[in-house]
Amino acid sequence: MSVLDSKIPTGPIAEKWTNHKNHMNLVAPNNRPKIDVIVVGTGLAGASAAASLGEMGYNVKAFCFQDSPRRAHSIAAQGGINAAKNYQNDGDSVYRLFYDTIKGGDYRAREANVHRLAEVSGNIIDQCVAQGVPFAREYGGLLDNRSFGGTQVQRTFYAAGQTGQQLLLGAYSALSRQIGLGRVKMYHRHEMMDLVKIDGKARGIIARNLVTGEIEKHAAHAVVIASGGYGNVYFLSTNAMGSNVSAAWKVHKRGAMFANPCYVQIHPTCVPVHGTNQSKLTLMSESLRNSGRIWVPKKKEDAEAIRAGQLKPTQIAEEDRDYYLERRYPAFGNLVPRDVASRAAKERCDAGHGIEANDTNEGVYLDFATEILSKGRQSAYALGDHNPTEEKMRELGKKWIEEKYGNLFQMYQKITDENPYETPMKIYPAVHYTMGGVWVDYNLQSTIPGCFVTGEANFSDHGANRLGASALMQGLADGYFVLPYTISDYLSNEIRTGKISTESPEFDEAAESVKASIEKILSNNGTHTVDHFHKRLGLIMWNKVGMGRNEKGLKEAIEEIGLLREEFHNDVFVPGTAEELNQELEKALRVADLIELGQLMAIDALQRKESCGGHFRDEYQDAEGETLRDDENFKFVAAWEYNGSDSTKSTLHKEDLKYEFIKIAARNYK
Amino acid sequence: MAAKSINITLKIWRQKNANTKGALETYSLNEVSTDSSFLEMLDQLNEQLINERKEPIAFDHDCREGICGMCSLYINGRAHGPETGTTTCQLHMRMFSDGDTIYVEPWRSRAFPIVKDLVVDRSAFDRIQQAGGFVSVNTSGNTMDANSLPIPKDDADKAFEAAACIGCGACVASCKNGSAMLFVGAKVSQYALLPQGKVEARDRVLNMVRQMDEEGFGNCTNTGACEVECPKGISLENIARMNREFLKAGLSSEK
Repeated sequence: MSVLDSKIPTGPIAEKWTNHKNHMNLVAPNNRPKIDVIVVGTGLAGASAAASLGEMGYNVKAFCFQDSPRRAHSIAAQGGINAAKNYQNDGDSVYRLFYDTIKGGDYRAREANVHRLAEVSGNIIDQCVAQGVPFAREYGGLLDNRSFGGTQVQRTFYAAGQTGQQLLLGAYSALSRQIGLGRVKMYHRHEMMDLVKIDGKARGIIARNLVTGEIEKHAAHAVVIASGGYGNVYFLSTNAMGSNVSAAWKVHKRGAMFANPCYVQIHPTCVPVHGTNQSKLTLMSESLRNSGRIWVPKKKEDAEAIRAGQLKPTQIAEEDRDYYLERRYPAFGNLVPRDVASRAAKERCDAGHGIEANDTNEGVYLDFATEILSKGRQSAYALGDHNPTEEKMRELGKKWIEEKYGNLFQMYQKITDENPYETPMKIYPAVHYTMGGVWVDYNLQSTIPGCFVTGEANFSDHGANRLGASALMQGLADGYFVLPYTISDYLSNEIRTGKISTESPEFDEAAESVKASIEKILSNNGTHTVDHFHKRLGLIMWNKVGMGRNEKGLKEAIEEIGLLREEFHNDVFVPGTAEELNQELEKALRVADLIELGQLMAIDALQRKESCGGHFRDEYQDAEGETLRDDENFKFVAAWEYNGSDSTKSTLHKEDLKYEFIKIAARNYK
Repeated sequence: MAAKSINITLKIWRQKNANTKGALETYSLNEVSTDSSFLEMLDQLNEQLINERKEPIAFDHDCREGICGMCSLYINGRAHGPETGTTTCQLHMRMFSDGDTIYVEPWRSRAFPIVKDLVVDRSAFDRIQQAGGFVSVNTSGNTMDANSLPIPKDDADKAFEAAACIGCGACVASCKNGSAMLFVGAKVSQYALLPQGKVEARDRVLNMVRQMDEEGFGNCTNTGACEVECPKGISLENIARMNREFLKAGLSSEK
């Protein structure tokens, strides 16, 4: 048998999770206080897990590198969270959410995991409302919904453009309660530096206190990694500046497989790049595609004139605009999935129709004029004015838009100095989310016993492309409703183990190796800053392992990143000492891991000789430029085994994907 | 809106750690794009310092989208700088002119001790939240259906507006008394406005206010600087609501 046992329960899809839960081993309440669990990361997946495990009675230690668990990057999620509640009476169901997610992932996700996700989605909303999360409501007092890409129903719950913030603050409040009760001990400004294994099992972590620099040993009966995604390998992404792969990469280095690293989500609606000193990109929520229409000028000369500043978008006549998503995908229109929308934008810009006057002319319009008038008319009618002037409609329409998306419009204006109520937004795709991650089985356990991985850090639920508003759903599903069960099943064998000591050769070895790597990087005395290398890595990744990939570029990337790795370790300069707050040191240690990961992403993209979801190989597309999957040869999860910092030495293991309940088909949004 | 490039002088607070004395130091920085954010300008300065083999300036930041609340900075005497309704990470250099001298200091408040340079310790906010900023509901797949309890839209909207607080601490830093009442008032209000928060309303407000006092935050004298400087526009009404909740809690019978 393959080293990858997915442990998917037998039986009909809709009964797998229930049956599995019914037959798992439990840890009795009186035994739970004897068991320690470490949770790394306090985003939706980590905070919800830590809170739930604390409530159950385990001793929990939670770690985050930020100054407070409330800062984790889940907080920046904007648009919403999916749940199959069918409150809008538009034909939604658990099956439909399951089906949409599998199809959205381009048939590269595990059926059983995705069905479970759809099953618990409704509970998440109930739980969050009970916690006092202020979701948007209708005038009758019931919850409001909107649509997201890749679906034809309204199943997305939201809180203006700040849904992630409200959900995370909900999870943070549950976590805070457990900290206050002494059931969770919180270590903020702490970064996990290594996983400690004893007799093959995860038994703790080495952490660095980021304020004092102290290297600490923390033991536990199980370790949960909930450290988020690795989009920052591109340098410019919508991730927070501190988001990194290190916790996930350390468990990979200790033996956990890393799955599908090449599956990256490039989000279609972000503020375009403006200059060389730019540090990050900003997302404009997918929810805006409910109300905005995406277009570029039909005529190249109009696009040129716009770039030259001679024409304004509002001067382009309706018939001279190409609403290319509505043209190419009439059934889903502006709400096609993210990968499809991103590629379509790239296609138009590559063809010379881009409107942004930056180095690459990359940008398209997201236009709210139609919606402002139509909602303005609706609001006027609701006020009893059945013959509103255009001015009145515009005024009321802008108010409606402000209520739905106010913070996004404000954010856009701050960044670009343009008023999106008056002129269309300029947007372009940017790296946003990573579907790949640590390989886990159905129980969210990695190939290291006792090391569980949840949320974006694992690979499990989104296949080759994640649908909008599903990341929040997965993070909370894992933390509230899946992990507490599956980890207890594992911990039921630990009730006789007793306290794990940090006085062991394994802890000493791990701590010493961490200290040595810090010492090495500080004494390097090279000539370039960390950012210098990070930016170079980002450019290689964006140009050769980005939205369109091909054999030649990927082979070049693998070689270039290999050289960059050596140069980084020989030539990076990190000022300061190890015994203090040293933000350059933190960055350097993270970038070292990102470089290794970047090379593995290119290797993974090279072996996957097909196009699927976020992974687009120029060689594999149909006549209309759509992805061309190869189900016969590539219907598997690619899980890589670490064999040293040179990722070309990594070994590929395959987990075959079986579709028993959904008929695998070409993905069609036309 | 074409980007320009400006040259500036910076006076920045440097302090090695909590136990040493700090001082303002002067730096010149040239060719700053007016499209850069304030933190991108600091990145540029740090890059320059590192290349000169000098120690870069430590400052807190993470999302750079104005939502995580990690960035801070007192810029030219104002929390998060000269633009209202804006976090430092969303402040852009187009707000400044060529030749400007810009003063950058950390949050100044007794309850927020300095960690290093511009980094302060805001964990007092976490401890206030731990004292009562929650609804005591355990994780369960069996809470009641989310729509079984309708909530008037106005109440839900007001609760959301209070809950939009990002916990950055600008309110405390701007307050002459170093008061955290806008922060605490916003959290108390969010729950006070929702039916889910009613059950524990009394204990919540008493416990959170007690913790706030223990942390060394000052009291509110209704100056309103916090509301002006709050990047999320959290209203003073929330302080008034907290005071009402506190009064009510004091009048209700003790346990």
